[in-house]
Amino acid sequence: MTLPPNDEPAIRVRDLARRFGGFIAVRGISFEVARGEVFGFLGANGAGKTTAIKMLTGLLLPTSGEARVAGYDVYRETESIRRHIGYMSQRFSLYEDLTVRENIELYGGIYGLSDERIAKRSTELIARLGLHDVRDTLVGSIPLGWKQKLAFSVAVIHDPAIVFLDEPTSGVDPITRRQFWEMIYTAASKGTTVFVTTHYMDEAEYCDRVSIMVEGTIAALGTPNDLKSRYGAATIEDVFVRLARPAA
Amino acid sequence: MTRGRADARAPNLDEPVVVRDVVKRFGDTVALDGVSMAVRRAEIFGFIGPDGAGKTTLFRILTTLLVPDAGEARVLGMDVVRDLWQIRPRLGYMPGRFSLYPDLSVIENLTFFASVFGTTVDAARDVIAPIYSQIERFHDRRAAALSGGMKQKLALCCALVHRPDVLFLDEPTTGVDAVSRREFWELLGQLKASGLTIVVSTPYMDEAGRCDRVALVQRGRILELDAPGVIGSRYRHPLVAVRGGDRQRVLTALREFPHAVSAFPFGETIHYADARSGSDPAAIARELDVWLAQRGLDGARAEAAQAGIEDVFMDLMETPRPQAAA
Amino acid sequence: MRRAPGSAARGPLVAFMVKEVQHILRDRQTLTILILMPLLQVVLFGYALRTDIQDIRVAVVDPTPDYATLALRNRLGATDRFRLVQVLPDASRLETLFRRNEADVGVEVAPRFGTRLARGEPADIQIVADASDPNGGTTMAAYVNAVIDDFAGQMGASGGAVHIALDTRMRFNPTLASVNLFVPGLIALVITLVSALMTAISLSREKERGTLESLLVSPLRPWQIIVGKVLPYLGLGLTIVLLVLAAAWGVFRVPFRGSLALLLGEALLYTLVSLALGVLIAARTSTQRSAMLAALVGTMMPSALLSGMIFPIASMPAWLRPVTYIVPARWFIIIARGVMLEGVGLVNLWIETGVLVLMTLVLLVAAVRSFDARLA
Repeated sequence: MTLPPNDEPAIRVRDLARRFGGFIAVRGISFEVARGEVFGFLGANGAGKTTAIKMLTGLLLPTSGEARVAGYDVYRETESIRRHIGYMSQRFSLYEDLTVRENIELYGGIYGLSDERIAKRSTELIARLGLHDVRDTLVGSIPLGWKQKLAFSVAVIHDPAIVFLDEPTSGVDPITRRQFWEMIYTAASKGTTVFVTTHYMDEAEYCDRVSIMVEGTIAALGTPNDLKSRYGAATIEDVFVRLARPAA
Repeated sequence: MTRGRADARAPNLDEPVVVRDVVKRFGDTVALDGVSMAVRRAEIFGFIGPDGAGKTTLFRILTTLLVPDAGEARVLGMDVVRDLWQIRPRLGYMPGRFSLYPDLSVIENLTFFASVFGTTVDAARDVIAPIYSQIERFHDRRAAALSGGMKQKLALCCALVHRPDVLFLDEPTTGVDAVSRREFWELLGQLKASGLTIVVSTPYMDEAGRCDRVALVQRGRILELDAPGVIGSRYRHPLVAVRGGDRQRVLTALREFPHAVSAFPFGETIHYADARSGSDPAAIARELDVWLAQRGLDGARAEAAQAGIEDVFMDLMETPRPQAAA
Repeated sequence: MRRAPGSAARGPLVAFMVKEVQHILRDRQTLTILILMPLLQVVLFGYALRTDIQDIRVAVVDPTPDYATLALRNRLGATDRFRLVQVLPDASRLETLFRRNEADVGVEVAPRFGTRLARGEPADIQIVADASDPNGGTTMAAYVNAVIDDFAGQMGASGGAVHIALDTRMRFNPTLASVNLFVPGLIALVITLVSALMTAISLSREKERGTLESLLVSPLRPWQIIVGKVLPYLGLGLTIVLLVLAAAWGVFRVPFRGSLALLLGEALLYTLVSLALGVLIAARTSTQRSAMLAALVGTMMPSALLSGMIFPIASMPAWLRPVTYIVPARWFIIIARGVMLEGVGLVNLWIETGVLVLMTLVLLVAAVRSFDARLA
């Protein structure tokens, strides 16, 4: 289930654009994300990031251009796309009024895992995250850091080809933030492609490649080291500020 | 004219905000566990810590919205419980979620908050001008249609429109992009230069450097309080930064080093802390180069590093460690 | 750039109300629903009551048949709309016919009807409708009434007077809902909706958005926040009440016999009760959703079901009747019906008005006290 049907990259985008009335949110972006890559998707607020992600996850139809996600077309095969991707947003997708185990079972069920498989994954997950003592506690009352790791695990419960993470580490403590990135690496090393947005610029350095969106276009794309040397900057934050400041 | 305001200001109040042993519980949860600190006049004081550290609770106590269970808090020399109606007109507060009316326009929001304090936008023109000039061209636009950075600036204008003596900003930069954040801190710098006392909270450790003094907070306690540079210099371990090589493998190798306390990714480097306090980090870096080379990680280079706020925070914080299944 | 002379500060309370009015006017969808829904109800309900009914089954009670009663029976039988199903010697069997659903309307002719008429004495005809279907019942009775009226006119010309008593109360539904009786109830519902529900939602929205925090740290006192919140909705509520009254009169000629000023005064009182309830609900709930549910269950449902608007209080089980005493709408509907339909004045409504005044005072005090100057 992890692999796209044929040999193409995890995400392939060509001249993708989206217009809202007279406003062009995304003006023809093109990029590819390789399988198993950790791809950082940066940009200022209002640069078009959210619109782009919505198109890639099949929530919004593009105005023009092409995009294939996990080998499926974003115009016609959104159902297949949704079955092959995982999604975790900054405000998490967990139900606060369900217990840890109920959340895992719910998402297992939503993604069509068999009861047997759900039971197995649930035991596995609870053990791996060390949530044994709180497995029957409401998610609303466990610490933020645990919640966030649980949300990630639930987002990949169906072994998706690609997982989209939208500001996943917002507001958590620095150690949990790093533990979270280790989970990302583990997932990537098993072949899952990770597509992540963040406002923590140090996290941009943890990505294999990053793209920086400015006013609806991709202003820069490359490995963190590439970008820093290209712009003669010490950090990705400097690159980011240099590209985005004229727009602000 | 604002003469009355100036007269009311306590003469030479060197510490506009003073907190002593404040405790606040919500049911079984202890949100603030004995917090004491003081903010100096015309400084930017930062509370740095993750969500759930108690920052918002403390801000709500200081802005007279909550009553502490124990201890006392004074703002501008007045007690936050007893003197709330004297304090309220003189403090500016920007709550965590930008407190704006999405269906009102920029200028309507601003006019409303001015009127609530019995003043006008014109009367505050000089105070808000540097900020307002950046959003003035959108004055007719509804707040709902503003970008995150613009909303943040409008919210700041609304908090300043009655010319407060002390400004409380609860996580003003959360969820805002790096560029807008930078601009926002520059604005705070200008406000501070005009004599305003600013108390701000943030989960972003890298923003500590923008403050004159910071308190690192976690689980309702202050872990450390001082100027950011001073806090960095108090780091207890020799610190080494390792650059290059396969990040995962380097991390694993560093954690296996006999004297390792911790190894964590830090932007493009990995910060390694050594258990041998007082040792020369440069010497340790040389040891690590050898250690890594022995494991085939030739690409990695170690060098002595200066600890920052985040290193100190990670060293001092209690890690919430879930109990692993037996 | 000091304060310009022309830009004096607007009072905080006025500013608050201006903001509130802006909220109301800009939420076009909600505003449209609030105004159109009650008007639509008046129209729909009104037309539902006036639909034509064919094939009305009439039973005539004729203890002493004579020339006059025969003429009446002929007249009824000759009309397309009616079907004469039975002629009974006395009224005792009428009930059975109704219960078996074999007749819709009964026409009871007094004994010695023709003789009395000839002597110039008053002669009675009573129309009894099966009111278990209140809408149909009244309409049918009205048709029969019209025919007999016509007949009486001719008979009366030749001698004695015919007295027609239209009796629909004695049957199964003592307070017949009709458009006339419905409009006062609708006014109560509109006020409850706009005052209690909308205020509760709008206050809890400030909580949810976090704007309440900014309001609380300002010098605004809790009572100012409440008054600023409540007054614009009070205005909106009374405006819609006037629209409903105008529509009811304009389209269906629902009578308005009493004093409009008195009705508006009483409506104001009832609005204050509802607003206070709305504030109380918002104070006790933390989200818009729970505030809305609480307002629906706590104010809208009792106002519709336990006020006598739809179900007559007299026909409620004994244990339920006392509960209706604490439903403010019960008292307001009595007042509104009295003023509108009977034209009575304050002299006859002072008990109900007193109850509302008392409720207003208690609830307003509770509302202001529930609204803390701090966060809970």
